[in-house]
Amino acid sequence: MMKRVYAKEEVCIGCRLCEVYCAVEHSLSRDIIRAYKYEQPKPEPRVTVEEKEHISFALQCRHCDEPLCVEACITGAMMKDESGRVIHREEKCIGCWTCVLVCPYGAPRRDLSRGKVVKCDLCQSTGREIPACVEMCPNRALVFEER
Amino acid sequence: MKSYILPEFKIKRDNERCIECQVCVRQCAFEVHKVSQDGSIYSENDKCVACERCVTFCPTKALTIEEYEHYIKDNANWTASVQRNIWKQAETGGVLLTGMGNPKPYPIYWDHLLLNASQVTNPSIDPLREPMELRTYLGSKPESLEVEISGGSVRLKTKVSPQLKLEVPIMFSAMSFGAISYNACEALARAATELGTYCNTGEGGLHEKLYKYADHTIVQVASGRFGVHKKYLEKAAALEIKIGQGAKPGIGGHLPGEKVGEEVSRTRMIPVGSDALSPAPHHDIYSIEDLSQLIYSLKEATEYTKPVSVKIAAVHNVAAISSGIARAGADIIAIDGFRGGTGAAPTVIRDNVGIPVELAIAAVDSRLREEGIRNRVSIVAAGGFRSSADVIKAIALGADAVYIATAALVAMGCHVCQKCYTGKCNWGIATQDPKLSKRLNPDIAAERLYNLVAAWAHEISEMLGGMGINAIESLKGNRLHLRAVGLTKEEMDVLGVKVAGAPLS
Amino acid sequence: MEGINGRRNISGCGLTGFMSEEGRLINGEAIIRSIEVLHDRSNGLGGGFAGYGIYPHKKDFYAFHIMYDDAEAKDASEKIIEERFSISGEEPIPTRKVSTITKAPILWRYFLKPELDECDKDISEDDYVIETVMLINDTIPGAYVFSSGKNMGAFKAVGYPEEIGRFYRLDEYEGYTWIGHGRFPTNTPGWWGGAHPFTILDWAVVHNGEISSYDANRRYVEMYGYKCTMLTDTEVVAYLLDLMLRYHRLPVEIACKVLAPPFWSEIDRLKEERKEEGNVFEALRQIYGSAMLNGPFAIIVGHASGIIGLSDRMKLRPLVAGRKDDMLFIASEEAAIREISPNLDILWHPRAGEPVIGELKRTSIKKQAKVINLKERIVL
Repeated sequence: MMKRVYAKEEVCIGCRLCEVYCAVEHSLSRDIIRAYKYEQPKPEPRVTVEEKEHISFALQCRHCDEPLCVEACITGAMMKDESGRVIHREEKCIGCWTCVLVCPYGAPRRDLSRGKVVKCDLCQSTGREIPACVEMCPNRALVFEER
Repeated sequence: MKSYILPEFKIKRDNERCIECQVCVRQCAFEVHKVSQDGSIYSENDKCVACERCVTFCPTKALTIEEYEHYIKDNANWTASVQRNIWKQAETGGVLLTGMGNPKPYPIYWDHLLLNASQVTNPSIDPLREPMELRTYLGSKPESLEVEISGGSVRLKTKVSPQLKLEVPIMFSAMSFGAISYNACEALARAATELGTYCNTGEGGLHEKLYKYADHTIVQVASGRFGVHKKYLEKAAALEIKIGQGAKPGIGGHLPGEKVGEEVSRTRMIPVGSDALSPAPHHDIYSIEDLSQLIYSLKEATEYTKPVSVKIAAVHNVAAISSGIARAGADIIAIDGFRGGTGAAPTVIRDNVGIPVELAIAAVDSRLREEGIRNRVSIVAAGGFRSSADVIKAIALGADAVYIATAALVAMGCHVCQKCYTGKCNWGIATQDPKLSKRLNPDIAAERLYNLVAAWAHEISEMLGGMGINAIESLKGNRLHLRAVGLTKEEMDVLGVKVAGAPLS
Repeated sequence: MEGINGRRNISGCGLTGFMSEEGRLINGEAIIRSIEVLHDRSNGLGGGFAGYGIYPHKKDFYAFHIMYDDAEAKDASEKIIEERFSISGEEPIPTRKVSTITKAPILWRYFLKPELDECDKDISEDDYVIETVMLINDTIPGAYVFSSGKNMGAFKAVGYPEEIGRFYRLDEYEGYTWIGHGRFPTNTPGWWGGAHPFTILDWAVVHNGEISSYDANRRYVEMYGYKCTMLTDTEVVAYLLDLMLRYHRLPVEIACKVLAPPFWSEIDRLKEERKEEGNVFEALRQIYGSAMLNGPFAIIVGHASGIIGLSDRMKLRPLVAGRKDDMLFIASEEAAIREISPNLDILWHPRAGEPVIGELKRTSIKKQAKVINLKERIVL
């Protein structure tokens, strides 16, 4: 069992602040104004809010038990670590977008400016206990828990 | 017709801080913020209602809302807002609508009353170390009790009529499902349950999903009789007949059809999309004896197991009316002062009809005591309670408990923009739009409500302890603990208080 | 609440009282000796006493003790009295000169029988007396009825209590119950009426403390026709007791639980353990919430058939009790009891809100059984 981020669509308000804070968390400066206004390449969020009419929810990598992206990755950049997270090793990524193709959730995103995939690492790389999207959601529409 | 109405507010966007995340665009139901073709964001001042949703949610605090600076030639009589209202009416021919309570600068008597504290002769009590009792019972009390002592055991021989037990003397006032969102109703019900107090359904019926909070729910029977059925009366701790409302004494209610969706329709028992019109009077109550009949009809229907409250707006003759209500058989009288809020009311009525609740409480309490019938009813005061200090002063004037509603809404996020009647509440409170109402997460809202009332309860305990009192009933009607500053002799006479600095007697 | 000089007093005080449950009559010197020990609890600004069984020869008449500022007040009051009562006797209240007691008002006593006319026949004699007392105290400037019970009397003045006792010649009275009081008021009204005890009918209350709930209590009893015209919060206690015991016929123990009720947490616990009893206390607080006394107090209440001692439910003022044979003693301090009864059978410190109740066991009052030697130490 591992903790994952789950969305509560009934209270997701589609503000997309999760995207903002995710991008800032994974930026170089980790300062919202510097990250957005001055950093190149522009920081990319690893979470996407899906929205149709009044239904919305934030989606990010599900860290599947049997991840298709890991199976499909041709360079081994995608791997499942011992804690269960699906980790993307950027240095090995060649931008072939195979993972984008196979992921049933559409979780990996293309960072076109760098030609690499970015995806949710549950904020492991930034040393947070609780992922930024969860902690910063203004309406508690994201939870980080074991299910 | 060319509109002469100028914007009320101006949005200032600090481009040094704006990261163009578009949160403001997504959050504004009034469509103030827009994305231009080149991706930059701009704002249309004239649509802004100053609800501050965008300001609060902007992650870089790049937005501020300011008063729109337009010069209206200085005039104490023909102010900018007076002229704006005239233009609106000249352009529409309609009654001006508004929401929330009377915002005009009438005197706020709470701010002219000061509380007492113990020094030397009487020790103050530290609520952190000693018990402090805020429990309050609402309902009709018999004049005396018959108690029998025999063989070392005591027995009560008097049957006491049903009482509402409040762990704090603060309840959530009537707000209907329809005027406010389901999530707001749920948050109020949950908070009331956790606090050991009550919420009030207003006249919009009770959603089935809220039946589980029945023990902490007061259900209202209003002139429109929306959602009143047997189950509704059963799923309640008390019943309330709504005669009037402080924000709009003497007139009925109007929930526009746009707010009547599936759920509201089922709960109110009216067709989807139809306007819900509450008549100004109950058409079966044209006099006091008719009221008595409805009180007893409700008591019969619930087999005398629940107290019946009658809610009236504080009007000029409130004392005599209350005496009549007490004698008509009500267990509780709720008095709603002229600062009480509403989902929608004609501006001219909200701002000009009714009297301050402070004076109404004092007048009613004094009158009922003069007539020797104060025990027969509990007095619940409502209308514009802003803080624990207002609450404790109301109790010292003679109220048993208070209803809060605007303060509860503010706790949930309301910024008192007074646009409840538009159904576009950006805070997810006064709306039935599913996209907006989900903005109010009942978990968070219930927690915020709980915190607010718990904080007030703490403050009330501190103030009581300071006065050397450890049970709230010892403050009820204890007007010696209040002193007036800046009031006329006549006002002090009505309030039954002395000027600050005057000797004890 | 307009007092004679428009001031209400806040005070700290010394209390003492005792009774013979067998109805033996005890010389008033005993209460003087007892209160004298508590000298430092008063500051010379007031004291007083009440004795029960002191007017055996007039025991069926209401004994009115009235203080008058002047002859005008006396004339006006007597007009009311003559209209409403047949007067069996009247005289100045006997006093002796005590150098420290000065500025005495006119002190007069009357033994009265109500003459209820046709219109008044629905009300009891007691109510008629209360009505008269309220009428005089409320409407006649400079007149104050400070005692109105049968076969009992209150005596009070400005001064130290032991001096006041001697001034009123209490050593010439014998009673089965005595209560006494010495005041430490925090302002100086210099008005005799402000001293304790406060009385109505045969209720006499002496009190140490300050009732924070005063105005709630006052407005509650005023609903029932009592008028709190005096300068202290103590009189309201007398009216509350009269209301609960005489009108509502609550048992004494229960009335005490109204004045100093258990906390809700205790009532909740009681409701789980002994439901019926819990219900009684819950209902008492619901119905008599406005009669609860809040703030620090210790009181001793005298009445025709007994004595009650009670402290507030946090015991913010001292109260001790003791017994010796048929005697029950209640006082602020043990010393006040030991002074007149050194070898007690039992002495205890009543818990917060726990009443001490003494009851007259016999309806007929015994003639003094034990000779009390006034010259020497009194031993009851």
